[in-house]
Amino acid sequence: MKDLTPDPNRPLNVSRRGFLAGTGALVLSVSLPTRNARAQGEAAPVDAYLALNTDGTATLQSPFIEGGQGVFSALAQIVGEELDLEPSQIAVECAPPGDAYKTIDGARFTGGSLSIRSSYTLMRTLGASARTMLVQAAADAWGVEAGEVTTEPGTILHEASGRQAGFGDFAEAAMDMPVPTGVSLRDPVEFRWIRQPLPRYDVRSKSTGQAEYSIDVQIDGLLNAAVRHAPRLGLTPSSVENLDEVEAMRGVHSVHMLDGAVAVVADKFWQARRAVESAKIAWEAGDSNYPMPADFSSTEFRDVLRAEAGPGVEVEAEGDAPQALENAETVIEAEYDAPFLVHGQLEPPSTTARFNKDGTLDLWLPNQAPEMFQGAAAGAAGIPAENIRIHSQLLGGFFGRHFLYADASPFPQAIQLARATGRPVKVLWTREEEFLRDANRPMAVARFRGAVDANGPAALAIEAVGEAPIGRWYGASPGQDGSAHEGLSGKPYAIGNRRVGHVFVQNPAMIGFWRSVGHSMNDFFYESFLDELAEAAGRDPFEMRHDLLEGSNRHRTLLETVADLSGGWQGTAFDAEGGERRARGVAMASPFGSETATIAEVSLDGGAVRVHQVWVAIDPGQIVNPAVIEAQVQSAVALGVSQTLVEELVYDDGEPQARNFDLYPILRPDQMPEVHVRIVESGATMGGVGEPGLPGVAPAIVNAVANLTGQRVRSLPLSKYDFG
Amino acid sequence: MQLNVNGSTHEVDVEPDTPLLWVIREEIGLTGTKFGCGIAQCGACTVLVDGQPTRSCVTPAEGLEGAKITTIETVEDDPVGKKVVEAWVDQQVPQCGYCQSGQVMAATALLTQTPNPSDADIDAAMTNLCRCGTYNKLRAAIRSASEG
Repeated sequence: MKDLTPDPNRPLNVSRRGFLAGTGALVLSVSLPTRNARAQGEAAPVDAYLALNTDGTATLQSPFIEGGQGVFSALAQIVGEELDLEPSQIAVECAPPGDAYKTIDGARFTGGSLSIRSSYTLMRTLGASARTMLVQAAADAWGVEAGEVTTEPGTILHEASGRQAGFGDFAEAAMDMPVPTGVSLRDPVEFRWIRQPLPRYDVRSKSTGQAEYSIDVQIDGLLNAAVRHAPRLGLTPSSVENLDEVEAMRGVHSVHMLDGAVAVVADKFWQARRAVESAKIAWEAGDSNYPMPADFSSTEFRDVLRAEAGPGVEVEAEGDAPQALENAETVIEAEYDAPFLVHGQLEPPSTTARFNKDGTLDLWLPNQAPEMFQGAAAGAAGIPAENIRIHSQLLGGFFGRHFLYADASPFPQAIQLARATGRPVKVLWTREEEFLRDANRPMAVARFRGAVDANGPAALAIEAVGEAPIGRWYGASPGQDGSAHEGLSGKPYAIGNRRVGHVFVQNPAMIGFWRSVGHSMNDFFYESFLDELAEAAGRDPFEMRHDLLEGSNRHRTLLETVADLSGGWQGTAFDAEGGERRARGVAMASPFGSETATIAEVSLDGGAVRVHQVWVAIDPGQIVNPAVIEAQVQSAVALGVSQTLVEELVYDDGEPQARNFDLYPILRPDQMPEVHVRIVESGATMGGVGEPGLPGVAPAIVNAVANLTGQRVRSLPLSKYDFG
Repeated sequence: MQLNVNGSTHEVDVEPDTPLLWVIREEIGLTGTKFGCGIAQCGACTVLVDGQPTRSCVTPAEGLEGAKITTIETVEDDPVGKKVVEAWVDQQVPQCGYCQSGQVMAATALLTQTPNPSDADIDAAMTNLCRCGTYNKLRAAIRSASEG
């Protein structure tokens, strides 16, 4: 039985186009229906994708960026499965900008937990096509029917004659083969590597300090720059009072007034930093598309959000929630909020820029979208995009940090300084400068009105108040911006009368995508209020959820799975070993095409909450690497616990009050709970893996806290409260 | 001044208060040691100074003459360090990897001083931050290295 999959992106043989001339390798590309291609008619496909080398190895150009999520390893697993080559024999590199890599509806980015699920069929088709061409080349050379030729990993075989050859022996001959159409893909029951917990390829280099990130880029003649940013966007330097002193400091090459920042260029970064820290800078009003008001306060902004009247643009509705609420005997209301957050990736942003004699520009930088950065860099440099080479570096964490946001990346500064000095320049932001220019997870408020009867919720009206990143950066209008209401909408529960509205309020801060985006707070709001409804109805929150999932076996299975994983649902507080009082909470989420059910166990340590254990059942539909999924859930849970317990970025007088991890704590190792993961492969359409583990964590913890203390928390983080 | 890094003596000409981190990265050219926060909060810059885990971002170079400084680049030359690295690989600890040089150095120091650490020993010694949340894998790797 073969899984005959049509080729949505039929590979093309570009070996003979002169691309990678002289390598003698089979090189496949694809012609994707990109936005550019549609605009220009037939685009010339010249981008390499999969190269089969004469030494028997293969090289894959990845459309996606590796930042710890394991995507390079997973791609090698998928391609290797169909090519019949050990994944360890496939080197994966981040592809340069190119239309062939715009695999997500004509766009290219690493985010939305989309990498594997958006490219799974494409990668399988590439591997299967290359294998078919190798087989045909061998069959022709041996004078036998292709149907009699088989493969074993890395080897081509003709059993009847006993002939065999390595893939590399036919890499050149396969160059002349036409690309097969309708190539058949391997039956999943025959998978050798897909679904296996293969090790990731880069773990040793990351355990020995050999892995290189943007901050480590070294090129000849490099100067280093440090900057001081204006305390808020909309200010720009008017003068450096002690300019002579700064210029005279050791190692200093030059001092530059940039848009919204002062930069010192020096031989070494530490010299540049020391000098720029000593600069006495006067700031004045400047130009910015996103000026930060001088009196902006996050506390006051929360009041602004709370005061904005609903019901907002309707984004989801069933039945007649307003009428049902009007007629109901028992109606409860609640208002929830979540704070601004920073990404806190441990590698501070940097960019190295080099102008070349031929007028081209090389940029080494962290990014989640090479073509978007290339386009923005073209604007900053005033040269055509095709004259800019983007070298996408391994990311020292990202979590949404390295999308293209206004004023949030060092590359315009690096470009300006490289041009001004006539030398290659690396700009590195200190953690303090990063806190001033990160694009924050936006603060938001959600208002709920719910009606209950003896069974549970009969009606639910929700208003999501605030601005979200898809609207800010991709022009989605209120009602069209899923990042504002995902996790309030799209829930699986059978509540007959419901309405979700988005009440748009512009956010003066720079906002961005943060791991699991709207879900990072909306599922906290929703699943916490669902427990409030259960309490009002006199129901156990687990049992009530189970009833509300009557129409979905997939969700019920997941809820039952997490209960089983945790040793059976415990709905009341209990004494743990040693007499400590503990309680559990439960939550569900439907993020990024996957489904999760989460249970958390908490106790009080003095007046603070301690999270002991988190159990997650995750159903991504279909899987590639269970070890990567487990690692991603561990990671997402850590970030979820962190934002629940300790994270909050406070603005006063237009400035973030924290500029480093001393005043903005992130989860410490001794605060990490044990995490237990069970993967349910339901066979549904493949979902995402990187983000889905996060959204259920906050509500599971907060519901557990309510169960333990009787206190319902509606505003994060928990460190604001004393439960003693 | 003269600094002994990874068994070699390096003559470096820096301001005396230059943090050891930047001497290692920029003067000696070893970039495995990372810059994360600059204020000794995250531990990405952890190196060993005479065997003690040290946050090099706030440790001035002056006063380190004569000290034996060890960075991630030679950690596998040490039998305990080698065991730690193997445990890190076996347990697939790193994700983005940026904090892991510092984590490996801190774990090597811990297991050198306390070959069979208790949970409390691990809590006390392993305080470096990891934004990817590899904390459980870290602990498992330390456990397996201590048993191995």
